[in-house]
Amino acid sequence: MKPVYVDNNATTQVAPEVMEAILPYFRELYGNPSSMHSFGGQVGPRLRTARAQVAALLGAEPDEIIFTGCGSESDNTAIRSALACYPEKRHLVISRVEHPAVRSLAASLAKEGYRVSEIPVDSQGHLDMGKLRASLTPDTAIVSIMWANNETGVIFPIEEIAELVHRHGILFHTDAVQAVGKIPLNLARTKIDLLSLSGHKLHAPKGIGALYIRRGTKFSPFLVGGHQEKGRRAGTENVPGIIGLGRGCELAAANLEAENTRVRALRDRLESELLRRIPDAQVNGDPEQRLPNTSNISFAYVEGESILLMLDEFGICASSGSACTSGSLEPSHVIRAMGVPFTMAHGSIRFSLSVYNTEAEIDFIIDKLPPIIDRLRQLSPFSRDRAVPCSLA
Amino acid sequence: MWEYTDKVREHFLNPKNVGEVENPDGVGEVGSIACGDALRLTFKLDDQGRIAEAKFKTFGCASAIASASALTELIIGKTLEEAEKITNQEIADYLGGLPKEKMHCSVMGQEALEKAIAACRGVEIEAPEGEVVCECFGVTDLEIERAVRENGLKTVEEVTNYTKAGGGCERCHDAIREIIARAGREAAPAREKPLTNIQKIKLIEETIEREIRPSLRQDGGDIELVDIIGNRVQVATRGACVACPSAPITMKSLVEAKLREFVAPDLVVEEVRS
Repeated sequence: MKPVYVDNNATTQVAPEVMEAILPYFRELYGNPSSMHSFGGQVGPRLRTARAQVAALLGAEPDEIIFTGCGSESDNTAIRSALACYPEKRHLVISRVEHPAVRSLAASLAKEGYRVSEIPVDSQGHLDMGKLRASLTPDTAIVSIMWANNETGVIFPIEEIAELVHRHGILFHTDAVQAVGKIPLNLARTKIDLLSLSGHKLHAPKGIGALYIRRGTKFSPFLVGGHQEKGRRAGTENVPGIIGLGRGCELAAANLEAENTRVRALRDRLESELLRRIPDAQVNGDPEQRLPNTSNISFAYVEGESILLMLDEFGICASSGSACTSGSLEPSHVIRAMGVPFTMAHGSIRFSLSVYNTEAEIDFIIDKLPPIIDRLRQLSPFSRDRAVPCSLA
Repeated sequence: MWEYTDKVREHFLNPKNVGEVENPDGVGEVGSIACGDALRLTFKLDDQGRIAEAKFKTFGCASAIASASALTELIIGKTLEEAEKITNQEIADYLGGLPKEKMHCSVMGQEALEKAIAACRGVEIEAPEGEVVCECFGVTDLEIERAVRENGLKTVEEVTNYTKAGGGCERCHDAIREIIARAGREAAPAREKPLTNIQKIKLIEETIEREIRPSLRQDGGDIELVDIIGNRVQVATRGACVACPSAPITMKSLVEAKLREFVAPDLVVEEVRS
């Protein structure tokens, strides 16, 4: 059974064009670009092309891009670099809905003695700009706020935030792993100093990421060793990954319009049909300020893992912010930060589409999901008239 | 993705005995929406006092639904005396086992059954006495102690898997550790013979690994056993402990206290450099 894959914020299919671009670098072109012989040396120019392709998607210069192992590495590099470059500053600012790559790092920095401010969001998932402004101090080394949220797709006004942070003379980093390739970006026009992206979210392979470092930004490497990436990230280049990321970025640029028209229309139809057919359901996050591919819907009185496993029976791949799926016992920190009530929080499902989804697949989900919710609600002791609060002693 | 057995999948996709028994003799309800899972069990007895009909309604994950379905299958045909002997482990076994993180689903089944039986006998279910230890999930010290005793739990993580206690803000982890230690002391009969040196070293190493290291590591620190001379245990600090101003306090209140508790009451911990 071919899966109906609507979990593209988790990872994406490698595009056939990307696959084709990569394969020669596993087969005949296996040389090391640092080698003195021409066999290895011929790889160098291809890496330059890939760097230019990534830069073009971002509206950046090629020398502002370094390749990393993943989005998490880019995030760690950016934040640790800022702290290393400004050792007298002991404060950092993040949002309450950051990806674990940033949140866990901040938690571990807090244990190292740094002060961390977490900026809250409102019920629509919008960042509290007043609190952000108030959090900036002369002691602040870096502000790191994601461009778009992985769970809800809500987009933060990153250009405005970067301006604000810059006016205070503070470095600004954004985790743009979910935004790159889904919305148009032009970094040359912004005040963003550092930006993380990841290959496998835009139809390139896993194990390759990139960090944008604005020209003139003070930088301290995370990984030290060889001279690769002009000494900014040691380690032999992941040549096939870099080639794939370059081609993936080129494709993403070409698909940007389809993403914002065709994919958006599919997402909107999926969402409105599900809401029409299923009572007591709601969309989480601002429906307007949102990635075109993401829909996060809560179904009251049922639990997310059960929904996912029943969808799985039909080959439908989605994800959930419910407690049971995460391995922890509490529902997603993003959903909770938005103040979504528990009756809704445990039953949240994220659909994240890509250009490879079809009308027929969306119809299939619209057909299969309502009976699943209905069935689970018949199993549930709760309903609209009977939603008792937690029986805490 | 959880690795569920075929039996769990079967009872999740086609659960048995869904619904509510009309005019039930016993009703048991546990959990809540806020807590992430809940179960309502109803049953009816026949004239011989056996459970003739049992039904459930569950809000929760696949294993919660499967556990409730298994529970109803297990109790139908049993007298109250037979049914009340069913443990959470039997529910899990019926399903061919549950992932360890999901054992609380079987505990929820057992608790609902207990409540339903008590209700059937007209016994007022005493609100769980004891004190709430885990405020996130409303779990009391008595509930934790029982799970520890009945399932031989040794770590906070296991307690969380079975009772959910400690799975939220984690502020109660120290209290849970104390309950585990208390239950362990009660279970272990007083040692009669003095320990041999080898036994002592082994026990000290085990205690450090199990009782001490995890909480030090949470703060990026560690200790290493350097030597044991009579009743003096020499340890060296590592990681964040080296520069930590409160390390001497930790040496007394955690390291020495735990070693005295689990090995011998006359041990003295000394910090050495190495």
